[in-house]
Amino acid sequence: MQHELPVPHGLVRPGAVSLRGVEIAYGSFRVLDRLDLEVAQSEFLVLLGPSGCGKSTLLNAVAGLTEVDAGEIWVGGRNVTWKEPKDRGIAMVFQSYTLYPRMTVRGNMSFGLQVAGIARAEIQRRVREAAAMLRIEDLLDRKPAELSGGQRQRVAIGRALVREAAVCLFDEPLSNLDAQLRTELRTEIKRLHVRLGATMIFVTHDQIEALTLADRIAVMRDRRIQQLGTPTEIYTRPVSRFVATFVGCPAMGFIAGHLVEGRRFKADGLDLSLDGYQALGEMAAGRPVDLGIRPEHITLAPGHPEAIEAPLELVEPMGSDLLAWVRLGTVSLAMRLPAETPLSLGDRLPVMLPASRFNLFDAASGLRI
Amino acid sequence: MSLTASRMLPNNNFVGLRQYATLIDNGRWQVSVVNLALFGVLFLAASLVLGFILAALIDQRVRAESLLRSVFLYPFSMSFIVIGLAWRWLLDPTLGIEKLLHDIGLTGAHFDWLIRPDRVIFTLVLTAVWHASGLVMAIMLAGLRGIDREIWNAARVDGISTWRTLVFIVAPMLRGSFATAFVLLATSVVRLYDLSVATTNGGPGIASELPAKFVMDYLFDRGNIGLAAAAAAAATTMLATVAMVVAPWFYWQTRRSRQAGMA
Amino acid sequence: MNATVQPSGRRPARLTTGRIGLYAFLPISALFFLTPLYVMMVTSLKTMPEIRSGSILSWPSAHNLDAWVRASSQACTGLSCNGIQTGFWNSVRILVPSVAASIAVGAVTGYTLSFWRARGAKTLFAALMIVAFMPYQVFIYPLVRLFAMAGVGNSLLGIVLVHTIFGLPTMTLLFRNHFAALPMELFKAARVDGAGFWRIFLQIMLPMAVPIAVVAMILQVTGIWNDFLLGLVFTGCRNLPMTVQLNNIVASSQGERLYNVDMAATMLTALVPLCIYFISGRWFVRGIAAGAVKG
Ligand SMILES: Nc1ncnc2c1ncn2[C@@H]1O[C@H](COP(=O)(O)OP(=O)(O)O)[C@@H](O)[C@H]1O
Ligand SMILES: [Mg+2]
Repeated sequence: MQHELPVPHGLVRPGAVSLRGVEIAYGSFRVLDRLDLEVAQSEFLVLLGPSGCGKSTLLNAVAGLTEVDAGEIWVGGRNVTWKEPKDRGIAMVFQSYTLYPRMTVRGNMSFGLQVAGIARAEIQRRVREAAAMLRIEDLLDRKPAELSGGQRQRVAIGRALVREAAVCLFDEPLSNLDAQLRTELRTEIKRLHVRLGATMIFVTHDQIEALTLADRIAVMRDRRIQQLGTPTEIYTRPVSRFVATFVGCPAMGFIAGHLVEGRRFKADGLDLSLDGYQALGEMAAGRPVDLGIRPEHITLAPGHPEAIEAPLELVEPMGSDLLAWVRLGTVSLAMRLPAETPLSLGDRLPVMLPASRFNLFDAASGLRI
Repeated sequence: MSLTASRMLPNNNFVGLRQYATLIDNGRWQVSVVNLALFGVLFLAASLVLGFILAALIDQRVRAESLLRSVFLYPFSMSFIVIGLAWRWLLDPTLGIEKLLHDIGLTGAHFDWLIRPDRVIFTLVLTAVWHASGLVMAIMLAGLRGIDREIWNAARVDGISTWRTLVFIVAPMLRGSFATAFVLLATSVVRLYDLSVATTNGGPGIASELPAKFVMDYLFDRGNIGLAAAAAAAATTMLATVAMVVAPWFYWQTRRSRQAGMA
Repeated sequence: MNATVQPSGRRPARLTTGRIGLYAFLPISALFFLTPLYVMMVTSLKTMPEIRSGSILSWPSAHNLDAWVRASSQACTGLSCNGIQTGFWNSVRILVPSVAASIAVGAVTGYTLSFWRARGAKTLFAALMIVAFMPYQVFIYPLVRLFAMAGVGNSLLGIVLVHTIFGLPTMTLLFRNHFAALPMELFKAARVDGAGFWRIFLQIMLPMAVPIAVVAMILQVTGIWNDFLLGLVFTGCRNLPMTVQLNNIVASSQGERLYNVDMAATMLTALVPLCIYFISGRWFVRGIAAGAVKG
């Protein structure tokens, strides 16, 4: 969009966003605490976290809808900390559609451009292109009340697209839609990202959305970013028990126990080798830990010497595969198996827990060991 | 209702339309109808605009919000008689605001509307606006609070200024609140009686007569001839109400239900 | 490791012209709204010479309650000089039964309209709406005749009846809207349990209608206390309510007008609704809002 200062050519990264030491408080309640975040040009960054953890606040700060108490915000190489939203080179889509109800779809998409004094022909071109991209050409003359939820959100996205901003912000844009539309529009957004090359920052509390959309995910909890990484990193090497539980469905299973001499893990009725586990630090014996493992990482290994006999308690078919709940010591763990696996309740299954797939968390702090 | 109405209508029909002709020729009636129109338009416009502005300002997260709300709304809790008398005293041509203006040096200033036949109706408008704007504000504020705050954010990102958002985006969303306020105010316009009795009692002369007062005066002060006139006047007022309030209200209701059916 | 980053660049001034306008307009309006109350108050505390010489806005030199005493117990209407206190007690005697009756009838009507498919419900509703919109003047004459025939004209009973009738539309709407928001299943479950019309009303719906009854009460107390027209026409001379008496006192003062006494009487009359308003606060607003959403 409009640049005030001439930026040397080649350095222009209109979509790069960075937050440096951002603090925001509502009264005495601090929502963001010295937060740093770098988003690269054309990156798709997802902010993931439970509701109330400050995701919207962070996004609003980037948009200029919330003032920061300390810190700086840069967009496209410019310090925009005190700039008005319209001057930041961003566009935004909200959870509740926020269409202007008394205007047609066309009016909704062009009003901001008209106010900005953009030429008529140019407005028409942008509206036409955005409408084509989102397949809403037929709806241009309707009012929002005459649209379905999915159509409304498409229009809201269209209204953001016509700004042709280098950065697009999404605040839970899919939360108000039903499951099917949600998947559909999710794919659509990903496609738009590939096609436009704009930087996108996308807020959600839905871990599936995060995993499917993101180049990188920032998992937020309690005023700060707990882990920042690719979906694979987040999924396979969560830095805390919180991240491990929040990402993945069905959730990771946990066994409470403690470390013993010779890199082993001991719990009620269980004694597992930790050979192959990549520890971050020292593994002091006697330390109480939680051992976490994802359902798909528990395997059946008939005849294997280290297999454990585990009684089958419950089977939950899930279409393409099934979840088998087996008892290990005092806990019940889910394992994911192919749907056609022959099982009957009470079977004793030979299960393998590969140490390379373990996630060990300190029982007190919840942090990865 | 239908029972009482039918008791009244035969009275009318008996005399035929002659009674209406007499009524239309009645100078006092003419004055009161003109006054009603003038008062109604000015009062409705001023209260709706002032009430909306107050609500919009209060909605901008100002300090002392609840105090301001109480201040704007308290006149609505008082009787028309009370506020009529209070304003009559304030507007008193010898000891009221006019004296105040003279005392601070504006000796040439005149604020004697209360005794000027061509201005007296404006004093009623002023008083009634003072009484009712708070109500409009309360209704509008409730409407504004019902609007998703994100719409303001969306407009800000679009670069639309606050006042433009208010006028072009938010105000059209408050049509329901406007309709509610309009119906309430318009109803009170047609039945306005106490206020004019207390503030001006129709005076000076008949300069501030209103139809509702006309009906009452003829009903009880002038025996049988008056009764017929009063009945005719009442029937006319009823028609005016239908035209001014009930019809728009029903129109709006049906529109709303149609829209609800479509969404 | 990370010290607080102080944002570089100037925080832009927040005091735009719009903001200044905002801060100026609201206090000025507040003054406009408060002045009459202030003037009433100070005038009622002044002596007549002070009123004549000073400005209406000036603070009274000595706090003088004479006018209040005279207003409450000596001011004259026509021949009797008992002050406005007679009117006060008349108003109370009108108020209590009228409020009780109108709320009771409104609750039952609202309940019937929302839960029972009574025949003629639509007609009743339409009739109520018409009463709500029409000027009272239209109904007064027929009602006066009707009451005279029934022998309740110019009596306490008459005025209570009138207030109940004219309060019915708003009361019914208030309760109907409240009941309509309750789950219909509640009613159905009670029917299945074998409860009848009155039992469901008294034992299930009424306890759930307490908040709306409070709102209704605020609305009716204020409305009936402030009424002038109906009180004037239907009460007869012995039971005139406070508003009517106030107007008579002010209108009938012969010779020199005693503005301080007038204003004291006015203040006295305004006291009850003002107290209710300031004590009930948000409930009052809720009442207006609930009563306003007609249909
Ligand atoms: N305007 C506000 N005033 C006070 N507290 C707020 C305000 N907005 C948000 N909060 C609080 O800040 C926290 C973060 O809110 P938000 O950023 O909206 O969370 P999220 O979007 O992750 O659900 C919440 O605990 C919320 O209660
Ligand atoms: Mg949020």
